[in-house]
Amino acid sequence: MDLSVGPNAFFWSAETVRDFYRALAETPVQRVVIGEWVCSKRLPFWQDEIPGAVEALQMAGKEVAVTSLALITLRRERRQTADLAEMGLPVEINDLSALHHIPEGAPFWVGPVVNVYNEGTLEWLARRGATRICLPPELPLASVAALARAGHAAGVAVEVWGHGRAPLAISGRCYHARLHDRAKDSCQFVCGDDPDGRDVDTLDGRAFLTVNGVQTLGRAVTTVAGQIEALRDAGVASLRLSPQIGAFPEIARAYAAALDGAPDLPGTLARLMPGAEFCDGFLAGQPGVAQVALG
Amino acid sequence: MMELVCPAGTPAALRAAVDAGAHAVYCGFADETNARNFPGLNFSREEMAEGIAYAHARGAKVLVAINTFPRAGDQPIWHRAVADAERCGADAVILADLGLLAHAAERHPGLRLHLSVQAAAANPDAINLYAEAFGVKRVVLPRVLTVEEITAINREIDVETEVFVFGGLCVMAEGRCSLSSYATGLSPNMNGVCSPASHVAYAEQSGAQEARLGGFLIHRTPKGAPVPYPTLCKGCFTSGEQTGHIFEDPVSLDATRLIPALQKAGVRALKIEGRQRSRAYVGQVVRAFCAAVEAADKGQPMPEGLLAKLTEGQAATTGAYAKTWR
Repeated sequence: MDLSVGPNAFFWSAETVRDFYRALAETPVQRVVIGEWVCSKRLPFWQDEIPGAVEALQMAGKEVAVTSLALITLRRERRQTADLAEMGLPVEINDLSALHHIPEGAPFWVGPVVNVYNEGTLEWLARRGATRICLPPELPLASVAALARAGHAAGVAVEVWGHGRAPLAISGRCYHARLHDRAKDSCQFVCGDDPDGRDVDTLDGRAFLTVNGVQTLGRAVTTVAGQIEALRDAGVASLRLSPQIGAFPEIARAYAAALDGAPDLPGTLARLMPGAEFCDGFLAGQPGVAQVALG
Repeated sequence: MMELVCPAGTPAALRAAVDAGAHAVYCGFADETNARNFPGLNFSREEMAEGIAYAHARGAKVLVAINTFPRAGDQPIWHRAVADAERCGADAVILADLGLLAHAAERHPGLRLHLSVQAAAANPDAINLYAEAFGVKRVVLPRVLTVEEITAINREIDVETEVFVFGGLCVMAEGRCSLSSYATGLSPNMNGVCSPASHVAYAEQSGAQEARLGGFLIHRTPKGAPVPYPTLCKGCFTSGEQTGHIFEDPVSLDATRLIPALQKAGVRALKIEGRQRSRAYVGQVVRAFCAAVEAADKGQPMPEGLLAKLTEGQAATTGAYAKTWR
């Protein structure tokens, strides 16, 4: 089992992006997916960083793919998606319509917000050229194991959401803009104020969700820190780590060490992310927010 | 005339919809294969065959929704549902899952396929992909699109489009939402339920009424005021200085006044949400919408106040269609 880093979900400045990928190149992860995943309006602010980041990551020996948006509706977004296929990198589709732009049989990856729930879907995608699939975070371990077996037979590496706030929903409406009484078209990029997303609490003060523009994530950090052996036994090829603003290189190193047998990953994560809440219910077939194997 | 596609959670509701003039009725089997898998709802195989015969005898179609995502290791349950729908005489099946669509296209070539809203096909590239790969004949569009976007989509596709005009409103891209399973362990995609009643708790707390889902406080209202059902995306939350309906107000969709615009946009069918509703409700809504669709067909204005009674006590919105989200 190895480590993949997914695309950054949040709106960071170009400088933050540059520093993030420069530091990531030094970490023991095998592959990185880069690109704008959540909102097409953000891309012009940081897209000039992509070529340099790709080069640095490739120089460091990492496989690099470029992601599609998670929800493609506008004509401009469809053109952007078509352009991805011209970049000379594998495309990770996070909206099925991106497949339209990939020549039949050309290899591609599938991201965690494409619905791959069963063998039939995995096999259909494999026939179209999928070589790597990150499964939806809500899947229980029994499904993960069945899909890892099907993936093995079909030549598809199966990846699982390993670390990060889980992407729970995507909408046509921007909740950051709505919180500022603005429409999406006049958002003034307020999501940039919250580099790990904006906290949403229940009325009695419980931390619950995170708003990130048109995306909604869980507030607790989903982690498989307590389930690594079960995932290895299930035949999972990689764990996906999702970018966050603080301590990410250290977090990646902690997962790499745990894959090599280092003990107490949950304890290490708690030290690296003071005050964070963690959860791991989805894999156990429980509410995603539950803590089951974290000890 | 645009086709009116009406909900039926029970055989009685199916008959009520057909009797009220529905052009088509959609329903599902009583199991996890459909996205309204609620206790006491839906059809046995025998009821499905009888319901379809009843509809066909009166000139109405029946569309069978098999629109959850089959569980790995258990695909035969979903495969059987498709085969049984065809055997019962369904005019089409409404599917969302790629693997199930591939199976149906290969094993049931004579069966008409509609793409469920749960597939979230939100642009022409996605729709054309489903049409080319599986021969899908109609797509139910996600409720995240404006009328202008729907018009543009129809120009670039050959398949029919169907849109929701009345009833519950998802504000998230449907079929791509795990909010419910994050809080309760049960999701629309895997279990056919969202914010399920089994995980709802109501209580009184220091003079206020509270509604919780999976233990999370979703609504708090003063004593005596109505407590909305705690659907997660329509809950009341706090973010920074602000407290309110962060995602969407507890409103339902009513796009009646947009019917002429939708017709002009090239929409083939209008869908009414509400398989969980009573047959009396279904009959009333279907009659009202039949009148509206006929008026639109003749270029007449939409009848006013038709549905006022049915939306009483609850605010209605035109959702994304009227572009307020942009």
